[in-house]
Amino acid sequence: MKTRRFPPALPILTLLAMLGPVAAGLWGTFLPAFGHLPAAGLSGPSLAPFRDLFDWAGLPRAMLLSISTGIIATSVSLAIVMLVTAGWSGTRPFRVLERLLSPLLSVPHAAAAFGLAFLIAPSGWIARLLSPGLTGWERPPDLLIVQDSWGLTMTVGLIVKEVPFLLLITLAALGQADAQRSVTISQALGYGRLTGWLKTVFPRVYAQIRPPIYVVLAYSMSVVDVAVILGPNTPPTLSVQIVKWMSDPDLAMRLTGAAGALLQLALVIGALAFWRLGEIVAAHVGRRWIAAGRRGRLDVVTAHVALGLGAASALAVLLGLVVLAIWSLAGFWGFPDAFPDQFTFRNWMRFGPGTLEALGETALIAIVVAGVALILTIGCLEAEYRHGLQFSQRGVWLLYLPLLIPQTAFLPGLQTLMLNIGADVGRLPVMLAHLVFVLPYVFLSLADPFRAWDTRMGTIAAALRASPNGVLWRVRLPMLLRPILTALAVGLAVSVGQYLATLLIGGGRVATLTTEAVALASGGDRRAIGVYGLMQTGAALVPFALALLIPAVVWRNRKGLRHG
Amino acid sequence: MDKGLSLRNVTISKGDVPLLSVNHDIGPGEVLTVMGPSGVGKSTLLAFITGTLAQDFEATGEVWLDGHEITHAPPHQRRVGILFQDDLLFPHLSVGANLAFGLAQGGSSRDRLAKVDEALDEVGLKGFADRDPATLSGGQKARVALMRMLLSEPCGLLLDEPFSRLDAALRAQVREMVFDRARARELPVLMVTHDAEDARAAGGVIVTLGR
Repeated sequence: MKTRRFPPALPILTLLAMLGPVAAGLWGTFLPAFGHLPAAGLSGPSLAPFRDLFDWAGLPRAMLLSISTGIIATSVSLAIVMLVTAGWSGTRPFRVLERLLSPLLSVPHAAAAFGLAFLIAPSGWIARLLSPGLTGWERPPDLLIVQDSWGLTMTVGLIVKEVPFLLLITLAALGQADAQRSVTISQALGYGRLTGWLKTVFPRVYAQIRPPIYVVLAYSMSVVDVAVILGPNTPPTLSVQIVKWMSDPDLAMRLTGAAGALLQLALVIGALAFWRLGEIVAAHVGRRWIAAGRRGRLDVVTAHVALGLGAASALAVLLGLVVLAIWSLAGFWGFPDAFPDQFTFRNWMRFGPGTLEALGETALIAIVVAGVALILTIGCLEAEYRHGLQFSQRGVWLLYLPLLIPQTAFLPGLQTLMLNIGADVGRLPVMLAHLVFVLPYVFLSLADPFRAWDTRMGTIAAALRASPNGVLWRVRLPMLLRPILTALAVGLAVSVGQYLATLLIGGGRVATLTTEAVALASGGDRRAIGVYGLMQTGAALVPFALALLIPAVVWRNRKGLRHG
Repeated sequence: MDKGLSLRNVTISKGDVPLLSVNHDIGPGEVLTVMGPSGVGKSTLLAFITGTLAQDFEATGEVWLDGHEITHAPPHQRRVGILFQDDLLFPHLSVGANLAFGLAQGGSSRDRLAKVDEALDEVGLKGFADRDPATLSGGQKARVALMRMLLSEPCGLLLDEPFSRLDAALRAQVREMVFDRARARELPVLMVTHDAEDARAAGGVIVTLGR
């Protein structure tokens, strides 16, 4: 008799939690986009919502912004990461950069965006440090840097956050690509390090990191919080405009918003197809480039430029956090002084109570969601182990699906659907919506270490008469403590950073650090933003520190677990 | 026959490719050595007996242990002990806790501690209970792994190239210890190896698998 304590029901439940809200949300977007919204007394089908959408004068610009920011942010961050890895992997500068970038992964997008704004704005820290000495500016120059109408600053804001993400993904892929030996061989054949890497390792690595790259593209095209903080206003990006329509007191505007959401979805699908086409062209050109046998004369220059860009992107986030900290402690700080006249805790006293309340809400949601995601993930992976199931490549794409569908395409629909069935907005629906985004990241973070566990340990434990559950609880989970806590920290960070899901599904009534911080963007109170931005960063960062610290303390006398 | 490990008409194949077929009884205290080049499915046979055969293999035949058929029993209820070429001590547990993991359930904690200490003493590792297994030498680890397996009171013992990671001097010593203990407890032993020296030292029947 086989005992089946872990029914394959758990994987099905996981898929449901991940894809159910997405499917429901798309349905909820589809109906009002064609004029059907019973809550507002409207029933379709009608094409009026699309007519209204196309009547909006800002539409061409908003669509262009969505496409340009997405494509540019994705290709530039990919290029930086690939060239830095090609030119430097295995060297000291690379390890330094890796150490700098890893913690930055968990910095919420909104905090990084605020930090960048405080750095490069005309009255930002860089201008202050250079003025009046180098620039001669006595007052901030009248330049539109932040929220420029081309969305360039917003694109930069996305790049500095995507570089750490893509770098870590690449590092994980490198482990399986046997990169070092390929580079050694190509160097022996006279190729420069960078050219050799691009010609031999890059094709293998790219095939592995393709899904996360598509995620970056879809995300960059439809991001809302970064666009609210750094993006243009007149008109805003399509996704920001969709949220505006959805938040309009006039319910009829939701029809236009839903039509916009479908358009956003079409744009993302189109861009992904375009990117795929680019891959085919690049593969063709690449093969000819490889066959031509050039050894790479510009390697050294290219590698240095790439390293400089990588370092700049890390510094942009780090210095951004520093300037957030300075503003949070600033008394009077006139332009062009490099530092405030005095440092004070007054801002923290003033905004502290508010942030603590938001922190409580943030933590409650994040802990429940990340905990549930962790349990589902372990259940799935354990079921896979016990039943000898194998995840196909298609299964992996299912994991990425909720991250590939633009948030602005299905979250508004989910909100509308809840409105139609009369469900209450609030904390629980927000948690379910967070779970959609948290689950894939927790799963992707834990899957590799969980599967890499030596299953002979399980055979031995079973031979020692430990039951399957005994093996799981007494051997496998303790041995995997570190990756489990890391996956939990990833889940917490993803939940803490959620903006749109909290805003739309919470109906504005669930106030987390992220929604509060982004809401401050329009007011421009830099001290308040400094306090909220830092709290938000801390909420995402502290779990990672604990994920490193706890296993180090618990297993301090266990040498065999120090690197696992 | 009652006591011992019997493989009755066991065949294992992968897809349509037959890998091996074995039909053999191993009496108490006897050793059956299965030899053959790597890749013929020696370890697969052991996985079939422990109940951990991967799903892409197909097996027919029966496994009997001490008069019970265990072909379809869950791995943890088969009472088949196994040692691999790696010690596979649980890295998160102390040496003593590793042994206690193996020790059959029941008894007061003082009794259990005493049994663990006794087992350590038996292999010359007195006072090692609180040590981190990662700090032990290769020979010490092998001894702990053996005692851990014996404490679980198995009715049969499988050895999967158990000595191939040990250096020559240690190898003979550990080998002798394993076979002595198995004989003393009257355990049927099935060993797979590609080392002729191991096979000779085992002193039992040798079956060679090959294509």
